[in-house]
Amino acid sequence: MAILEVCGLKKSFGKTAVLKGINFTLEKGEVLVILGSSGGGKTTLLRCLNFLEIPEEGVIKVGGKVIFDAGNSAVLSESEIRKNRLNFGLVFQSFNLFPQYNVLKNVTLAPSLLKKGTDQEITQNAKQLLSKVGLSNKEESYPCELSGGQQQRVAIARALALNPAILCFDEPTSALDPELTGEVLKVIKSLKNSDMTMIIVTHEIEFAKNIADKIIFVDNGVILEEGDATVIDAPKNERLKNFLASFS
Amino acid sequence: MSDFFEQFPTVFSALNVGFLQTLKLFAVTLLGAIPLGLIVSFGSMSRFKILSGATRTVVWIIRGSPLMIQLMIIYYFPGLILHNPIWGSGEDGRFLAAAIAFIINYACYFSEIYRGGVQSVPRGQNEAGLVLGLSKRQIFFKVTLLQMIKRIVPPMSNEIITLVKDTSLSRIIALQELIWAGESFMKGSRGLSGLIWPLFFTGIYYLAFSALLTALFNYTEKKLSYFKI
Ligand SMILES: Nc1ncnc2c1ncn2[C@@H]1O[C@H](COP(=O)(O)OP(=O)(O)O)[C@@H](O)[C@H]1O
Ligand SMILES: [Mg+2]
Repeated sequence: MAILEVCGLKKSFGKTAVLKGINFTLEKGEVLVILGSSGGGKTTLLRCLNFLEIPEEGVIKVGGKVIFDAGNSAVLSESEIRKNRLNFGLVFQSFNLFPQYNVLKNVTLAPSLLKKGTDQEITQNAKQLLSKVGLSNKEESYPCELSGGQQQRVAIARALALNPAILCFDEPTSALDPELTGEVLKVIKSLKNSDMTMIIVTHEIEFAKNIADKIIFVDNGVILEEGDATVIDAPKNERLKNFLASFS
Repeated sequence: MSDFFEQFPTVFSALNVGFLQTLKLFAVTLLGAIPLGLIVSFGSMSRFKILSGATRTVVWIIRGSPLMIQLMIIYYFPGLILHNPIWGSGEDGRFLAAAIAFIINYACYFSEIYRGGVQSVPRGQNEAGLVLGLSKRQIFFKVTLLQMIKRIVPPMSNEIITLVKDTSLSRIIALQELIWAGESFMKGSRGLSGLIWPLFFTGIYYLAFSALLTALFNYTEKKLSYFKI
């Protein structure tokens, strides 16, 4: 059974329709890569999954359970939204670490406020996650003392600390200097090896080919092509061909 | 010179009395304007266009006109125009009128600083808190508040140092603060008259008090310098 089912998702801002009916499913442990040129609606899609935007139409199911249904007139309360969004994690393009807390506290803050365990368990878990992203030696550092790549790895550990079923990445390396993207991609790769279910928006085509179990190409609010990693080498859709050609 | 040393104890004790009144006005203004500014800033950031528009207009008027005129209006308007001298004729009434004028004026300045502080926190901070399942309350107190405080400390310091010197404007309604006390030795007070140096000497009080506050604010800024925003 699919861990994630998205059906007929629509979202507009005022009169501009940004998502015009998005459908896809994702199996547990799979990695979905979303490709598409800027302005196509990729960020909006991830933001809808994380309830930062509320879609006007569509259904979202996680593990077979409906967590969002725009047709169901019962409006979600803030606490239901808070509970539901914990199915997902989101890693932002611009990291958004909390500047006033050190690395360890950035990772433990949410689990302790949400009472996800004893202080000791939470700290221990955070330390494990930081070692997983290669930052054990930076626990006491503040975000301003870290490189972009290190900050993004902390952000990944912070998202993992809440144990999301599905972890979303919105262009995780776009804000990084080229020499720093590798370390972040390596961490994401290692998550795949530990069977994390992920949705990744990226412009790193080689990486996408390498990591994707499934690829969707989103343009102008619709999915124009979907398939496995081979669509990158043999695209059918004209726009996808043009899109891919712009990288070579 | 020997005159100076004879005069000094008398002048010094009179200036201290005036300075006490200055300090009182300073403290009461802060106590009133810091929270009132918060309310004004909520008004000016309100989603209700009428409320935010009205609040911003009031703030614009208060910030755009001299505090001295505001003081005079608040003090003289009830008595001279409405023929209802609510402030009475004593020092307590003058103090109350001065305190109200200062609190309103400074609340407007503070509200703009607060608004700047709130709006300076990147939207991503709020969103990072949201996707981590935090409530709005938790996000405010655990994520954004300290960032706002760090952002508002330098402009608040400037305003508060300005307030130290602005208290002297209340001389215009004859509040018996430091300038008034210094000036009184020109006309005659406590058996001394025709003296100008006591008025000049008041400058030392303002300088010393500003220096003390500056040191305090520098310390606060340093305490918050362990992180960058
Ligand atoms: N909050 C918003 N208000 C209005 N328009 C928005 C908003 N967010 C995104 N958009 C618009 O939606 C379109 C898709 O944006 P986005 O999802 O960020 O695309 P992508 O991530 O694929 O570049 C863009 O045209 C953008 O201007
Ligand atoms: Mg985007």
